[in-house]
Amino acid sequence: MTATPAIPASFDEARPRGGLLAGLLSSDMPRSRALSFILIAIVLVLALTPFLFSGSQPLSTAAKICVFIVLVASYDLLLGYSGIVSFAHTMFFGIGGYGIAIGLEKLGADWGSAAIGLVAALCTSAILAIAIGLLSLRVRAIFFSMITLAVASAMAVLASQMSGITGGEDGLSFQLPYALRPAFRPFAEPVFGVMINGRIVAYYLLFFVAMGMFLLMLRIVNSPFGRVLQAIRENEFRAEALGYRVVAYRTAASVISALAATVAGALLALWLRYNGPDTTLSFAIMIDILLMVVIGGMGTMYGAIIGAALFVLAQSYLQVLMEAGSKALAGIPLLPNLIHPDRWLLWLGALFVISVYAFPGGIVGRLRQGKRN
Amino acid sequence: MTDITAETTAPTELPRTKTDWMPLALVPALALLALPFIGSPSAWVTLTVAGLAMGMMIFLMASGLTLVFGLMDIINFGHGVFISLGAYATLLVLGPLAGWGAADSVGLNLALLLLCIVTAMAVTGIVGAVFERVIVRPVYGSHLKQILVTMGGLIVTEQAIHALWGASPIPIRLPETLRGAFVIGDIVMERYRVVAVGIGLLVFLGMQLLLNRTRIGLLIRAGVENPEMVEALGYRIRRLFVSVFVAGSALAGLGGVMWAFYRQTLTAGMGMEVMVLVFIVIIIGGLGSVGGCFVGSILVALVANYVGFLAPKLALISNILVMALVLIWRPQGLFPVARR
Repeated sequence: MTATPAIPASFDEARPRGGLLAGLLSSDMPRSRALSFILIAIVLVLALTPFLFSGSQPLSTAAKICVFIVLVASYDLLLGYSGIVSFAHTMFFGIGGYGIAIGLEKLGADWGSAAIGLVAALCTSAILAIAIGLLSLRVRAIFFSMITLAVASAMAVLASQMSGITGGEDGLSFQLPYALRPAFRPFAEPVFGVMINGRIVAYYLLFFVAMGMFLLMLRIVNSPFGRVLQAIRENEFRAEALGYRVVAYRTAASVISALAATVAGALLALWLRYNGPDTTLSFAIMIDILLMVVIGGMGTMYGAIIGAALFVLAQSYLQVLMEAGSKALAGIPLLPNLIHPDRWLLWLGALFVISVYAFPGGIVGRLRQGKRN
Repeated sequence: MTDITAETTAPTELPRTKTDWMPLALVPALALLALPFIGSPSAWVTLTVAGLAMGMMIFLMASGLTLVFGLMDIINFGHGVFISLGAYATLLVLGPLAGWGAADSVGLNLALLLLCIVTAMAVTGIVGAVFERVIVRPVYGSHLKQILVTMGGLIVTEQAIHALWGASPIPIRLPETLRGAFVIGDIVMERYRVVAVGIGLLVFLGMQLLLNRTRIGLLIRAGVENPEMVEALGYRIRRLFVSVFVAGSALAGLGGVMWAFYRQTLTAGMGMEVMVLVFIVIIIGGLGSVGGCFVGSILVALVANYVGFLAPKLALISNILVMALVLIWRPQGLFPVARR
């Protein structure tokens, strides 16, 4: 059995150094013109969504993309950079959501209680991640995957059963601090023709926190610490022989990724003003994250932005397209069923399988390769 | 892990492998331990039979997975979809033969159940062969890719089930005479569970016989120990592997049928729901060990039933607790498979 490297290494000594942009991106440039263009376009559209589109649907889609960028990037840190497959990522996502929800619901709608909720959630996540990591990262990767799956499902059941605290299956709805409510108006006049309200403030809070988290994670994977993670991914035995404590590094990676996922969960809860098992804890979200990471590109970080944007857009708008196709094919047996709007996941699943075989670097890897040829 | 070489030094007569009694004794010990806590013996019998039935069903679903892993070092995260597929395959039989299920005759009812099982195993076996060829074969040797790709296969197949049979849950009826319960004194045993215990035991014994008393079983066990050597002796190990994968998928289909009649509702996600239990069981049993999988299944199911009776709140995490305790006692599972 030959050990083929699962993911092309992203290490490249010849990268340009210096400059503000390089500093911001931790010298890890997109390294492809097309990729840079797509990334700039996505970020610009996200930044200007409140001014470009009217109505709540585009804003919600954009907010969801921001949340998933953080979530998927944190999962990429684990899967792509450390080579660990965890199925407990939604658990941390859920803990973040519940932290905010329980804080704001029980302690009143102000910033203090949101902060308390977030800090409590971060501590819970860190402790859980350390416990799972130390117990199961010593053994083989498969064990870790299975154990995280079991623990995550137990947590999901627990959350839906402890209805006194978590609201059970119904989840928790709560009030936001005043500055984030739709009634809040910071300016008396419209800005660029748009009346700024609390929703837009909330959106920008999400946007900037998400971008900050993303850049932070980009910094982490390009630090010496991140290099060790990649070394462990490529050859665990050799990394250990070089004197790096593999278990400690892996555990640290899973804690960092868990904390980032917790923040993402908190952001989602703030945006939805609600948190329940289905929005953050369900296994379906875990599958979504996997799809986003792999289709976007494992071990690239930028893949998270592309994967999240593509997936959320597909989730929101591909169904419309498929409905049209399904109607056009009505009358033929089975075919309309296959492109029924509810079957969009079938096609993304197929794309996922093809991605793993044909372009392990996902879309980002493909674009970078295209440049080289 | 280290004493494989120690056993190869006896040339004339192979020393009989010592049977590891400790984990085997665990199940009766647990059952006896639970008796005083539960108090009433009739409730205890009911709980134990229910637990055994549950355990057998989990075993049926898990055995294929653990065998495939033991032999091919392949972990199939998409195994759950074969359970769902097996469950849905019963519709192929239940549709045209609805009369057999409604008839008040034990023979016809059991024949229907048997026909369901055969159909389901055939369907999942064929799909398993395709799955192995298309999804799994290109990623032999890389666990990370295996996990990812089999998850992808799971998504696609689950969606395909939706496309074929619709997304809403489908209710199915147990055959008439399998409904209800045997009542002996104040002991109540559901009939279907007794049937499930019977089928589970049959499959387990069949597997043990096949693995330990036949030439194919010998080759399979040799393949687990050292695939290159088996190949060097002129056997096509690949063909063996594929047939084990197909058999594993068919077993999942069998488990799916039993599970479907137990729940009496079909959903495409039902396999993935039970996969959590399946993973816990094969971790407890020791990845690759059929016997361990059997003991682990019964252990988990019994504990879940007893704890559910004594402290319902705790039942939710009892599986995880059992797993943690077993792994502290034996980090490689109850019956660690050599070489790994």
